[in-house]
Amino acid sequence: MATTEIRPGHAELGLSADDLLGMYRAMLLARAVDERMWLMQRAGKIAFIISGQGHEGAQVGMTWPMRRGVDWMAPYYRSIASAMTFGMSAEDIITAHLAKGDDVSSGGRQMPGHYGGAPYNIVSLSSPVGTQVLHAVGIAMGAWVRGDDVVAMTSFGEGTANQGEIHEAMNFASVHKLPVIFVCENNGYAISVPLDRQVGGGSVAARAAGYGMPGVNVDGNDPIACYATAREAHERATRGEGPTLIEAHVVRLTSHSSDDDQRRYRDPAEVEALKERDPIPVFAGVLRSAGVLDDAAEERLRAEVKTEVNEASARAEARPEPTAADAHERVYADPIPGGGTPEPLEPLEGSGH
Amino acid sequence: MAELNILEAIRLAMDEEMERDDRVMILGEDVGRKGGVFGATDGLWAKYGDKRVLDTPLTEGMIAGAAMGAAVYGLRPIAEMQFADFVYPGFNQIVSEISRIHYRSNGTFSAPMVIRMPYGGGVHGALYHSQSNETYFTSTVGLKIVAPGTPADAKALLKASIRDPDPVMFFEHKKTYRLFKAEVPDGDTVLPIGKADVARAGKDLSIFCYGYMRTVALEAAETLAREDGVEAEVVDLRTLRPLDLETILGSVAKTGKALVVHEANRFGGFGAEVAAEISEKGFEHLDGPVTRLAGPEVPGVPYHHNLEDWFMIGPARVVDAARKLAAY
Repeated sequence: MATTEIRPGHAELGLSADDLLGMYRAMLLARAVDERMWLMQRAGKIAFIISGQGHEGAQVGMTWPMRRGVDWMAPYYRSIASAMTFGMSAEDIITAHLAKGDDVSSGGRQMPGHYGGAPYNIVSLSSPVGTQVLHAVGIAMGAWVRGDDVVAMTSFGEGTANQGEIHEAMNFASVHKLPVIFVCENNGYAISVPLDRQVGGGSVAARAAGYGMPGVNVDGNDPIACYATAREAHERATRGEGPTLIEAHVVRLTSHSSDDDQRRYRDPAEVEALKERDPIPVFAGVLRSAGVLDDAAEERLRAEVKTEVNEASARAEARPEPTAADAHERVYADPIPGGGTPEPLEPLEGSGH
Repeated sequence: MAELNILEAIRLAMDEEMERDDRVMILGEDVGRKGGVFGATDGLWAKYGDKRVLDTPLTEGMIAGAAMGAAVYGLRPIAEMQFADFVYPGFNQIVSEISRIHYRSNGTFSAPMVIRMPYGGGVHGALYHSQSNETYFTSTVGLKIVAPGTPADAKALLKASIRDPDPVMFFEHKKTYRLFKAEVPDGDTVLPIGKADVARAGKDLSIFCYGYMRTVALEAAETLAREDGVEAEVVDLRTLRPLDLETILGSVAKTGKALVVHEANRFGGFGAEVAAEISEKGFEHLDGPVTRLAGPEVPGVPYHHNLEDWFMIGPARVVDAARKLAAY
């Protein structure tokens, strides 16, 4: 199957002005949360940040057709906008990064960037890249076995696209026409290594042909195109026609993480030029041209988002810290005799730990 | 009571659990129409259909990872590794994901699933169809590890594993599959995970074992009784994690001597954990060095029968080790 380009307008997709403003607001909110957490990192409140800045248009557009409380997501570490579009709140995300004791993602057990949550059908993230793609396939398999109308979406970077598990996942999903949407967010870099050193042939979407599923390239800076692509993939999945591989071309506006400095491996001119491809001003321009967004609406949305992030941060920071006494709980579903749950370590005198 | 071998007992356990709970499914290589390379799932595909008894591509990573996804979604998958030797492409899923999802999500997600692991040598399978690789998994917190040695235990513990809320790796020694038949209670008998079985009572020394080594140790114990007048207590651990320390230490308190036997190699093997626990917690009972009898330090079971016979632990070697310990 050939890869295709999709660039639709919003009117024929049935997106109202409110929908479009809702998508724009979701992008603004994800960006504001992301930026706030960088400030918290600089202030020493968060040890580490891995950012989704530049991916928001793709993530909001892709996640928009997903049904909350029905469908499932197995995202990755840049998926703040996806997770928030699928139900997590700004407070949930900030709380996870602050590792608070009542954090819905992990109760302070996981490092920043590892959000998720059973109440949202968002599978808890780990750090080895690509493992989550098989979980989405397994969820889709479970739905298929049970005859449930459920779609699983999973996302990953183009660097991760080279893991063997991605091949195993796509092949199996195709064999049984499982209801999965594979979203590759291609930002051109796997930490420091550029696409031409990562992806033979240069295209992840083109690999779909070998699996007998559609492979779609889409401009990740165009949330409407991403929405249209994901909606079509969702409809295919629910019709029992199987998986779709979407490659969304996005920009990575920040370094890989707060521990990285992309000036060491990216040309300064390239980094500077990225700003022109920032999906937020790009989408704002589209909305203004369409007469959906004006100065007043922009001001109102930005004020709302600022208030929401301020309030979410304040609430998140006020939450309780986890205690060491909790660290050996929930190792197994039930406390078991004679092992599994380790004996609590006695605190060393004067160590503070 | 029916007379079954271990393979039949395993099949019956899966059949009964699939009958009583429609969330239970099987996935693996050749588990469907063929019924598995050992026949463990024979007849189940015809009975439950090709969604609940699902032939997968040759992808152990996917078998483990998709089973976890299905478990998170709410099913009770049984994933069959065709041979325990081939589990390694799935190692990342088992260690990074399956064992940790419950803990890392603060208990909000879990992976109630079983990974069946046909393991062990003595079947002319050489380096890649004979491995006893349980130690890679017994040291992984978050997994439960079961290794039965009788048909009744295999059935009742597999049923318990399928119902367990945590991920269980179920080690089935291939040599025992059709080694003998024994009585298996009819009906819905389930044994608790984490309980050892005193397979033979004795007063002179304790032999700790699991899987096929139960059969070997029992035969050795009869020889010791007949030829030496030594009464060995044979403790079949049955579950390696969580470990039944109460039964282990109780036996050592009675006999004062401990011999740990397993087929996997000795260095850093499971016997080291058992020996360390006995040394730390049962020291005052000991009347001799805690002793390990384990597989040799070679990378795998070599093929030619001269070589494989050298590798395998049989009753004679258990008798020899037990005599030395009894005489200490």
